[in-house]
Amino acid sequence: MLLGIDWFFILEKSILIAAIISLSLVVAMYSTWAERKVAALIQDRRGPNRAGIFGILQPLADGLKLFMKEEIIPNLSNGFLFVLGPGLAMLTAMMTSAVIPWSSHLELFGRNIDLQIADINIGILYIFGVVSMGVYGIMIGGWASNNKFSLMAAIRGASQIISYELAMGLSIIALLMLTGSLSLKTIVEQQQDHLWNIVYQPLGFLIFLVCAFAECNRTPFDLSEAESELNFGYHQEYSSMKLGFYLFAEYVNMFISSAVMATLFFGGYDIPFINDASFGDAHGQNLLAILQGLSLFVKVAFFIFFFIWVRWTIPRFRYDQLMRLGWKGLIPLALINMVITGFIVLLKANDWHF
Amino acid sequence: MQALTNKAKVVERKPMTVWERLYLPAIAQGMSITFGHIFKKRPTINYPEKQRPFSPVFRGLHVLNRDEEGRERCTACGLCAVACPAEAITMEAAERLPGEEKLYREEKYAAKYEINMLRCIFCGLCEEACPKDAIYLSETFAPSNYTRKGFIYGKDELLIPDPKTQPEEYAKARGNK
Repeated sequence: MLLGIDWFFILEKSILIAAIISLSLVVAMYSTWAERKVAALIQDRRGPNRAGIFGILQPLADGLKLFMKEEIIPNLSNGFLFVLGPGLAMLTAMMTSAVIPWSSHLELFGRNIDLQIADINIGILYIFGVVSMGVYGIMIGGWASNNKFSLMAAIRGASQIISYELAMGLSIIALLMLTGSLSLKTIVEQQQDHLWNIVYQPLGFLIFLVCAFAECNRTPFDLSEAESELNFGYHQEYSSMKLGFYLFAEYVNMFISSAVMATLFFGGYDIPFINDASFGDAHGQNLLAILQGLSLFVKVAFFIFFFIWVRWTIPRFRYDQLMRLGWKGLIPLALINMVITGFIVLLKANDWHF
Repeated sequence: MQALTNKAKVVERKPMTVWERLYLPAIAQGMSITFGHIFKKRPTINYPEKQRPFSPVFRGLHVLNRDEEGRERCTACGLCAVACPAEAITMEAAERLPGEEKLYREEKYAAKYEINMLRCIFCGLCEEACPKDAIYLSETFAPSNYTRKGFIYGKDELLIPDPKTQPEEYAKARGNK
């Protein structure tokens, strides 16, 4: 052992990181295609169908177009921050995927390979920390553009994300009282043995879902890029792949928050109606791991579809309505949910005696 | 103020009930509507592969007609150019030489016959003006072009294929006119 470092471990993790990053990019790419296709279907249109069969090569063509465009940096903008903005947005979007358990573990070359980049014991806190960093991408981009509309959008985005983060955190606290662990892997393993958390925390899930929409800047909460009032908001001055990064980061965020929702409330990589452990004994751990990964992927795909479906159904909130919903609606609701959950947890710990 | 008609409708401005203020029922209702649209039949057709038929009275690109023996009907009388409200038609007449009887039906013919498709308004007055049944409007439209010059259609574009040598193309160009 050179320097006492487990080189195989590093290799294994690097491969996993590369695989997950490329997976999230590909999923984000095809989310743009799905977005256009679902939008078309909902509006009785056909959607992209020229590039490849069913327009399957459309995202490649879009990406190529973005790369070919002229890169414009406005004269009076802050050049460094202007470039940093989209980079930060993308970075924070990608970083969240580190703690999500994509599947149980593979058994290859006599080793147990965990399909999770890092099983840190504060998994959810990490996600919250990184996601709240995401607002810097919008803030810095909007501010560096040196444009009133962009700045306005940046401020809107920041205040919106901060408001909804509170409700999101409170809705998670109720869940954590049940699970007793912050590690996502533990939460998934608990759901494998018991019912999914959605059964215990339907209200918590609803609050989390609404907040996830707000965090991802998706309709009905896409006030920071309201095209009709703010000319596309914080990415108005951006062109070429810098714009592409912002748009892409939104879809990566969507993918990651779908994965988080599936992990926290829908059993993560748990295959429904099947006892995973006995299936693994019967058919081998590797097959089980692949099927579990697929199971998570199906859940994620459903949530991405849900995101798109909502986008093409619900109109945008007005800003005061957004704030009222966040502060007067969701936060009290999350608090009530937390209190009730705490009460029941205590009661249960006390064998249902007062 | 007294209403002039009985069409005015009083808008109810009741405060929303708790059920309505929950938003979620209304949102679920809306989402079910959009979901239903996914399975609806789409009115769009895939254009270049599939084309909708034109009506038989459609007035599209002009065709210079030939008679049954493949001779050009046009005698360059100029009535179509006179009738044209957009002044899109120009022509030059020439006299038929001996030995050209198979090409032109009468002693005079159009050596040059041009229609500017950018000026043309496809009114069909040329068709009505023609005493020789030499021009008619078909069921196709002018395709796009890169230059303005490309829209000035000469005889080579307008003339119908010879029914003697190319009967299939002739029938196709002729349509059901």
